[in-house]
Amino acid sequence: MSCFPEKTRPAPERQKRFSSVLGLAAPTGRLLRWGSLLLLFLGLLPGLGGCKGGGKAANHGLCIAGSTSVQPFAEKLAEVYMQEHPGARIDVQGGGSSAGIFAAQQGAADLGASSRELVAAEKSLHEIAIAWDGIAVVVHPSNPLNNLSLEQLRQLFQGKITDWRELGLPPHSIDLITREEGSGTREAFEHLVMGKTEFTPSALVQDSNGAVREIVAGDPYSLGYISAGLVDEQVKAVAIDGVLPTRENIKKQVYKLVRRFLLVSRVPPAGECRAFVNFILGPQGQHLLEKEGLVGVN
Amino acid sequence: MNKSKFIERVLFLLALSSISSLVIITIFIFEEGLPLILHTGLKDFIFSTHWAPTKGFFGIGAMIVSSLLVTLGAMILGVPLGLACAIVLAEFSSLRLRRLLKPTLELLAGIPSVVYGFLGVVWLVPLIRDHLGGPGLSLLAAAVILGIMILPTVISISIDALTAVPDVYRDGSIALGATEWQTVRRVVLPAASSGIITAVILGMGRAVGETMAVIMVAGNAIKLPTSILEPVRTLTSNIALELGYAAGRHREALFATGIVLFIIIMILNFSTTLITRRR
Repeated sequence: MSCFPEKTRPAPERQKRFSSVLGLAAPTGRLLRWGSLLLLFLGLLPGLGGCKGGGKAANHGLCIAGSTSVQPFAEKLAEVYMQEHPGARIDVQGGGSSAGIFAAQQGAADLGASSRELVAAEKSLHEIAIAWDGIAVVVHPSNPLNNLSLEQLRQLFQGKITDWRELGLPPHSIDLITREEGSGTREAFEHLVMGKTEFTPSALVQDSNGAVREIVAGDPYSLGYISAGLVDEQVKAVAIDGVLPTRENIKKQVYKLVRRFLLVSRVPPAGECRAFVNFILGPQGQHLLEKEGLVGVN
Repeated sequence: MNKSKFIERVLFLLALSSISSLVIITIFIFEEGLPLILHTGLKDFIFSTHWAPTKGFFGIGAMIVSSLLVTLGAMILGVPLGLACAIVLAEFSSLRLRRLLKPTLELLAGIPSVVYGFLGVVWLVPLIRDHLGGPGLSLLAAAVILGIMILPTVISISIDALTAVPDVYRDGSIALGATEWQTVRRVVLPAASSGIITAVILGMGRAVGETMAVIMVAGNAIKLPTSILEPVRTLTSNIALELGYAAGRHREALFATGIVLFIIIMILNFSTTLITRRR
């Protein structure tokens, strides 16, 4: 209950009303009550979401908020950790990297999860790298394309290269796929590839790694990017500047499109928080992350 | 106070509470979205097609146009089909056939939109990609899927409108020597026209508001389409795609998108009310 203390409030109200209906109370009083319920409802609306209050208090469990790229992995880690430590409570929430970093700065979350690097203004936070993740550029398996330069990749997503002919393949328009605004993968891709330039508005937009992979798997003329951990036999990863996004290349950072998954906190983690971080960085947590398709830091 | 009076009051208050949720939603959307419209200016917000919310560009022009085009496409496909179906069911079919077909059509309305979207992705999109070209995820795919999705709405309301036409009209027309088809075309349809227009407008409302299926098949690119084979992003898709992560101005912009959508739906509903009242 650490993250949503407000949620529990309406129940006693409801009970009271029910009993007063049975007791046939005066309708004028009821009008007031409806009004108060309405106000309560209004008050609840902005209160939804975020780890307000509670998060810091002892015995209330940990609250982790942030990147939606990190979220599934953090949930997995939390699940295993809670199984092994009965009584421990960890709440994992999404919201995006920036929201997570902000929550950690404000102390609204014990740990913020980020799939991008901290900017100068955020450097006061403690950062703990938990894993590496590569971003693979994928095409249909039948596509003969094997290699792209970083510059070609940028021009593709700027909309300057729109035909496969320009990459030395038989002429056909390229079905470019990107992720939705706010996605951690898109943010990292933008940072690593696009720099200050914008994505072409002609690109298809899909809202998950899975959806991008699904389209690339079905469309021989498509090109998209997904988390390297999710590349399977349905799609083909393309080498960037001659380097394939293999586990080895990502770990050594020879592959260019690599991002770190970070946990950030305002104060150095202590107590339960420390224990959870140690668990993630320990052999069990790292093994879990590797199994889910990431590359461990240790 | 007697018991029935009391129950009446309770029911009245319950009814009021459901309306109050509409009021709350309206206030909430406007409160969250208006600051952005005031910030960017109504003209830039509605007419600009440059949407890069994290870089400070909030133009939903392309999405308004796309929403309208997708809806128009759905109407072109769905209305003739639906109307034909309604005419057959209301005028030319036996009672047994009607008893069989009408529940089947109502079942169509019960299929969740994500299922339509899924069918669109695995069946319609590859079909368009292989035979017509383009990425397959396109305005056309969205229009076809929506055209099917609005059928139950269009058909059931049209049937109601057609069956509401008194039989004396038909009898009179037949007695004057008109054929059955002439009767339907010249007598029944004009008499039921306001109900049929209502059916079309309600179908439009459904098409404008549909989200899930459209996200899955429309491709969601943020530009003005130049052909029906190009991907488009509708207003609803824009909100659903980006709301999960949006903060600050970006979030406000999505609520402002909601305001535009809200106004479009209000106009549609209001015109239905006007038309039905005239009848």
